[in-house]
Amino acid sequence: MRIVRTLALAAAGFIMAAGAAAAQTTVRWLHIEQNPAQVKIWEEVARNFEAKNPGVKVEMQFLENEAYKAKLPTILQSKDRPHILYSWAGGVLKTQVEAGVLEDITAGVGDYKNKLSAAAVEAFTVDGKLYGLPYNVSQVGFMYNKDLFAKAGVDGTKIKTWDDLLDAVKKLKAAGITPIAVGGQDKWPLHFYWTHLAVRLGGKPAFEAALKGQNGGFEGETFQKSGELMKQLVDLEPFQSGFLGFKNQQALGFFGDGKAAMNLAISHHSATQRALAADKKGVPEDKLGWIDFPMPAGAKGQPTDTLGGVNGWLVTKGSPKEAVEFVKFFVSDDVQRALAQQNFIIPTYKGAEAALSAAFMQNVAKNIAASNYHQNFYDQDLGPSVGRVVNDATAEIAGGSMTPKQAAKAIQDAFKQGN
Amino acid sequence: MTERSGAIVMRSGRPVAAAYRKKAIDGRLTALLLFLPPALLLFTLFVVLPIGEAAWYSGFNWNGFGKPTKWIGLDNYRFVFDTRGFGTAFRNNLLIIAVSLTIQLPLALTLALILAEKFRGSVALRMLFFLPYVLAEVATGLIFSFIYDGNYGLLASIYRAFGAEAPHLLASTQTSMLAILIVVVWKYFGFHMMLFIAALQGMDKNLIEAARIDGASRWQVLRHIVVPLLYPTIRLSIFFAVVGSLQLFDLVMPLTRGGPADSSNTMVSFLYNHGISRMRVGFGSAIGVILFVICVTFAITYKRWFMRNE
Repeated sequence: MRIVRTLALAAAGFIMAAGAAAAQTTVRWLHIEQNPAQVKIWEEVARNFEAKNPGVKVEMQFLENEAYKAKLPTILQSKDRPHILYSWAGGVLKTQVEAGVLEDITAGVGDYKNKLSAAAVEAFTVDGKLYGLPYNVSQVGFMYNKDLFAKAGVDGTKIKTWDDLLDAVKKLKAAGITPIAVGGQDKWPLHFYWTHLAVRLGGKPAFEAALKGQNGGFEGETFQKSGELMKQLVDLEPFQSGFLGFKNQQALGFFGDGKAAMNLAISHHSATQRALAADKKGVPEDKLGWIDFPMPAGAKGQPTDTLGGVNGWLVTKGSPKEAVEFVKFFVSDDVQRALAQQNFIIPTYKGAEAALSAAFMQNVAKNIAASNYHQNFYDQDLGPSVGRVVNDATAEIAGGSMTPKQAAKAIQDAFKQGN
Repeated sequence: MTERSGAIVMRSGRPVAAAYRKKAIDGRLTALLLFLPPALLLFTLFVVLPIGEAAWYSGFNWNGFGKPTKWIGLDNYRFVFDTRGFGTAFRNNLLIIAVSLTIQLPLALTLALILAEKFRGSVALRMLFFLPYVLAEVATGLIFSFIYDGNYGLLASIYRAFGAEAPHLLASTQTSMLAILIVVVWKYFGFHMMLFIAALQGMDKNLIEAARIDGASRWQVLRHIVVPLLYPTIRLSIFFAVVGSLQLFDLVMPLTRGGPADSSNTMVSFLYNHGISRMRVGFGSAIGVILFVICVTFAITYKRWFMRNE
């Protein structure tokens, strides 16, 4: 391979020297998007960028979500690493920054960052330096199938408290409908329950205290209570049978096929469930409802607090400056609007959210704008070593092999081990 | 063997043999100088160094970026043994070995005894049983994950034909390992069968014929002649089965990824799930070293005790 490559390079060099052609720069761009409709738009974005910047080629590379997370450290230290990488920000980003594998793009982006949502940009800033740009924000909440709710006589708009949710689950079960589809094998869809309960119960102060090891850390009252409330739900057997063997994609397809009434989803999964449904249509726009994560009794968090992600593109060390240009182009008004129009993202470019066409996504955009505490996913925010334990432990609560107390202890132990 | 005869030559230092000895040593020295360095280099580069590296990394708290700096001594080993999942993984490995020895090998041996005979279709059947072994592990895992799928899978439709609700084998801590064991047996019995068939075909038929003439029954021939002659192959087969079980990884990942709740991890998938995907390189290396020690101990003892004469 190397010989072939060297020869090819030599040949390319020769041709360039002879033809005095413009230097060709290739920008390698690694993404994890699975929805073909969305990838198609991205490809157009890449081609448009190439058209506007002669001599630059954008090469798209794809890895599946879990595979990407597992390979990332190796990819980042390879010589052929991609220039642009997908990222959820959080603790993983911090580790990468500390390892010095990312490019500081503060200067390259300049004032352009002011055009984007400040909170989202903040997520990609470590110690005052910018390492990437966000293109999407998301919120975790229940998406539900209005038809199935109607069949069971449940009104989704009335679900405000944790007990309301438990009631709805009971009614759905009584009507012979699977209340919730969840991708338990991937574990992170289950960690949303525990995490969001913690966000509701303790708000920002509880999380920050846990990070400092105060109030018993992640073994403290808030987090044990989260597990207990989660167990209340689990004890009702709300999930599809065999949920621990389902990947998230399969669960979304299951929901899209109308086989379950709810899915605790990331907002943009409203589009993914369509792509993954057997008929490729899924639950249509007008049948799809959204429930903000319910408030448990005695919650200290604000109802406006949100759990969700910030997705963006990182630029790796030693990348050509065209990579930064491409990332800027990707979060420009036009591109953001095009993606928002199809409801694939909640845009970060200020004002682009006006392009969202679905009431569903407009509502989510409003929620995020109103939120004072947007908690990033724990499994990203706490870094892989602790985050994965949160996923494990919460999946074990769901599977009944750990008590809420043991789960909280496992997480705190991992946090203390810190490697 | 050559080493040992070399040692004898060196030791038997009588004057009469001196000339011969000198010549032999010269020849051996040339061979040594010619053939040892490349082998030694490759072995060092790809076996000794990585093992040494793993042992070195296992003393650090390190996430795989840059150079390891945070020395924590033997803590990683303590963490490994403190993790409940490791015990399960170790037991699972033992379980796979047990099933390989008690179900897979007898099955392979029986089939080999039947199919070693020449009859219509015997070659076709041999190929058929051998096919699973040819299939890539990951592909096998995926195929079986479809078969086991409780909603759309083959197993589900069989259950439905009888009006029953299919179990989700891969989604329960009780059955996940059973599901994997079935695939392991299905996939590898053909390989062991082929080993036995090859041995049976290379067997000296005169012995069997002689026994027959002496009036031995079919069972007696089998029990006292064929199987004893197969012992070397059986020992080899056991060796492969054990080492293969210890290394099992790529079947587990597409089927269960070691879950639910770490119930179906093998030691290697445990290493991957808890070391690599958590970016705990030190912790993962510690598991690697433990696995290495287990494998080497087994290989040496087994060779010493059971495969001495081969």
